[in-house]
Amino acid sequence: MTGCRFGDRALADTRDGPILTAHRAGLIGCRGCGRVWPDAEETCARCGAALVPPDRRSLAAVWAWLLAGFIFYVPANLFPMLKTKTLGGLGGSSESTIFGGVIELLHYGNWFVAGVVFTASIIVPIGKFIAIAWLATVAGKPATVHDAHRRLLLYEVVEFIGRWSMIDVFVVAILSALVQLGFVASIHPGPAAVAFALSVAFTMLSAQSFDPRLIWRGLPLRNRKD
Amino acid sequence: MQSEGTYDLTTGAGLVACPRCDALHVEHDLEPGETARCVRCNVVLARPRAGAFTRIIALSVASLVLLIGAMFFPFLEISRMGFGNQTSLFGVAMAFSEGPLMPLTVALMVTILGLPMLRSVLLVYTLLPLSRNRPPLAHAVWAFRLSETLRPWSMAEIFVIGTALALVKVAGLAAISLGPAFWAFCALILVNAASNVFTSATTIWDAIEDGGMRTDDRMPLRGQGLG
Repeated sequence: MTGCRFGDRALADTRDGPILTAHRAGLIGCRGCGRVWPDAEETCARCGAALVPPDRRSLAAVWAWLLAGFIFYVPANLFPMLKTKTLGGLGGSSESTIFGGVIELLHYGNWFVAGVVFTASIIVPIGKFIAIAWLATVAGKPATVHDAHRRLLLYEVVEFIGRWSMIDVFVVAILSALVQLGFVASIHPGPAAVAFALSVAFTMLSAQSFDPRLIWRGLPLRNRKD
Repeated sequence: MQSEGTYDLTTGAGLVACPRCDALHVEHDLEPGETARCVRCNVVLARPRAGAFTRIIALSVASLVLLIGAMFFPFLEISRMGFGNQTSLFGVAMAFSEGPLMPLTVALMVTILGLPMLRSVLLVYTLLPLSRNRPPLAHAVWAFRLSETLRPWSMAEIFVIGTALALVKVAGLAAISLGPAFWAFCALILVNAASNVFTSATTIWDAIEDGGMRTDDRMPLRGQGLG
């Protein structure tokens, strides 16, 4: 294996000066492996990934997935997530939605789990919708370097945290598989589990469709090569 | 190949673009242990580690063994008032197997078991020849790209945390015992974390390229067609 080639020196006039991007140089960078190609190329010949120019057209996919994620988030909250039966229905059977489940956990004094479920199923998804919508709105608009760093940090947080919302679906699956004690108690999943899983998946796709390179450039994008 | 530190602004040879912010960098060789970061957004561009490929292979095989073990051993067991229930990972996935929730069963099996296993196999396929200084196998580019694409969808570690939460939830309701599959999944988190430390995608792409794979026409080719 030969040594790895990589640079930590940017093509900048000075350390704080303007940084030359691939796009400005009339080139196109591969987001998969970092290779740089002439602008006309469509596929990276090293890693096979499609070469996409960093322009606002890619935001259409972000909005589409985000909308799909939001649409599925509605039934995820309206329908029951869990259906619980105790003592063959004599001890009562209940259906709980995401929010109802949190209230129920609080009621039993289970603050920790209630907090985790509330964060993972309500705060994080709603925060993600707002964050992605905001990033997509301001993407490509002029920003200071400081703004850009903040936006990138927000993007990284959204990208990292997205998968973790799936935790509630796993909890429902485990509870439903485990708590099958016949007469004593049984738990079944509700339709909200599917809606929630889809909502999380679509939001993940939305975040993945967002091109963080857009954070770093002002409009207009396609024609400016100054 | 271009000589060290030279670049061509018309073809992009010898340059690297940051995947996060598009800033151009000049390629140069890194020693194992060094880290190259983007000067603008500070994202890690490459982080070669000595013996990384061999370690990733070892960790991938370990992860495969753990996953296969986790499939067959009991996962969790609960009992209450003489009623008991034991579940395996299949049981967990099958929780959604009634009627309209069926697709979720498939999705669970895929994200918990399928994708982690597939990624392990793909990584071994990509890296085994490279770790022995042989040219990569025919579909190495495709295999590694697929593995990277699937990375966020492989959710074994999220599943373990979900299990822990579920256990806290039912702790008051019934007695629970943890099966070997549960511990296998806990070990899997550590194995995955270690594997991530050693994985530097750009380093692997460089190795695939240097190993004689099809590349752009600026590079010398080893009996392969042009891209």
